[in-house]
Amino acid sequence: MSFLNLSYEIMPGLLKGAVVTLELTVCSISLGFILGVALALGRLYGKRPVSLFCTGYIEFFRGTPLLVQLLILYYGLPPYGIRLSSFVAGILGLGLNSAAYQAEYFRGAIQSVSQGEIMAARAIGMSRFKAIVNIILPQMFRIVIPSWSNELIYTLKYSSVAYMIGAPELMAQAKFIAAENFRYFEVFLVVAFIYLIAVVILSRILSVLEKRVRIPGLQMAQ
Amino acid sequence: MLIDQPVILRVENIHKNYGKEKVLEDISFEVKRGETKVIIGPSGTGKSTLLRCINQLTTPDSGTVWLDGIDITNSGSDINQVRQSIGMVFQDFNLFSHLSALDNVRLGLLKVKKMDKRKASQEAMTQLVRVGLEDKAASYPAELSGGQQQRVSIARALAMGPKLMLFDEPTSALDPELIGEVLAVMKDLAKSGMTMVVVSHELGFARSVCDEIIFIEKGVIVEQGSPAVLFGNPRHQRTREFLSKINELYGETGKK
Ligand SMILES: Nc1ncnc2c1ncn2[C@@H]1O[C@H](COP(=O)(O)OP(=O)(O)OP(=O)(O)O)[C@@H](O)[C@H]1O
Ligand SMILES: [Mg+2]
Repeated sequence: MSFLNLSYEIMPGLLKGAVVTLELTVCSISLGFILGVALALGRLYGKRPVSLFCTGYIEFFRGTPLLVQLLILYYGLPPYGIRLSSFVAGILGLGLNSAAYQAEYFRGAIQSVSQGEIMAARAIGMSRFKAIVNIILPQMFRIVIPSWSNELIYTLKYSSVAYMIGAPELMAQAKFIAAENFRYFEVFLVVAFIYLIAVVILSRILSVLEKRVRIPGLQMAQ
Repeated sequence: MLIDQPVILRVENIHKNYGKEKVLEDISFEVKRGETKVIIGPSGTGKSTLLRCINQLTTPDSGTVWLDGIDITNSGSDINQVRQSIGMVFQDFNLFSHLSALDNVRLGLLKVKKMDKRKASQEAMTQLVRVGLEDKAASYPAELSGGQQQRVSIARALAMGPKLMLFDEPTSALDPELIGEVLAVMKDLAKSGMTMVVVSHELGFARSVCDEIIFIEKGVIVEQGSPAVLFGNPRHQRTREFLSKINELYGETGKK
């Protein structure tokens, strides 16, 4: 059977997995986004215990392997009465992990917002909270886009480890198909292409977004 | 008559240390409604710290700041209310870089004063007209010259309807040819009756609009008096020396 014919034949199965991969990626990057913003703000502006907790969280999740985190969530929790489906455990694991990395990107972006602007905001009577919401966050989201798009791509690719806990994502499907037809090389070549296409599309979307929100006059700052 | 003008700002015995360094030592002065005071002094002498102590961006270690008869030194969360009536203009403008000129001026009206959008836009536009920048309303800070940015920042402060304006070396980050346009706006403001405390070494400006010059060195007020007295016949040798030094350095740009 030719490569094209084979690709055509295995495509439906792989695409089913690709959809799950995409779902995993979108859900976990979103979870990581919300948590990441909170962690970055908590680390920078929280009272001491909050700030310490956020720092500890970030260090823990960046300092231990993603796979270990996933295995703990999936196999480690049931004895304590918490039973997660492989899909949910996958989203949680990827999301909690990504939150730590995103928090650091957000922190870097926040720290590059000018202190003088914060002072100017306070000087017209804004509370600290309002200054964060109206001055810091809008600038942070713009500054962070390039590094954040890396994180998105990593998450998409690392979502493949969810196959280790049996989530029916792209890698799991591929392994399943290849185990039946023994065409490992071709199957995984197609899988690599599917990832590549997804990555290219996502980075295009983000670079369009980056251009659309660019602040006029600040060409390629930073 | 000056004596009948009510005192808007009274600064009483302000002390401020950073670590062991005494930055401000027992600073006291008063500003009456409509007056313009110019503060001069060498670099690192505490001028910026003094201005920040007035609107409590920096908390003084001791001493009291009275605004319109109210002690604002320990006003807790009411400080956000108080700061609306004290406009501040910074050396490096500090415009919100992600917002257009109009939005820079409008933001405080919307988010702090909770004005509705139409009224806020009108008010912001009025202030931009006042500083001569109505045609730049849609421009972003990075698209404006330094002089234009500083005028937007003056408009941003004025929009809040302040009783008092603080200027911290508003022209010292500007190219010489842009200084005049900012000083012109400030002179108009002084003449329109705004109460102003200005840290600046633009002696031409001081000579033409200010009521009193305060010379600070190493955290203490060395001498204060009318421009005529300080320029003509200062009591202290140090004042004379310093004035002639800045005269050399800055000349008298803005003197018209
Ligand atoms: N936040 C701070 N922490 C520690 N030291 C500070 C702080 N702010 C100011 N200082 C110190 O206080 C002194 C006075 O600073 P300040 O900026 O008020 O001087 P200045 O008169 O405005 O000087 P310049 O003319 O250079 O603007 C300086 O020695 C400065 O190093
Ligand atoms: Mg200063």
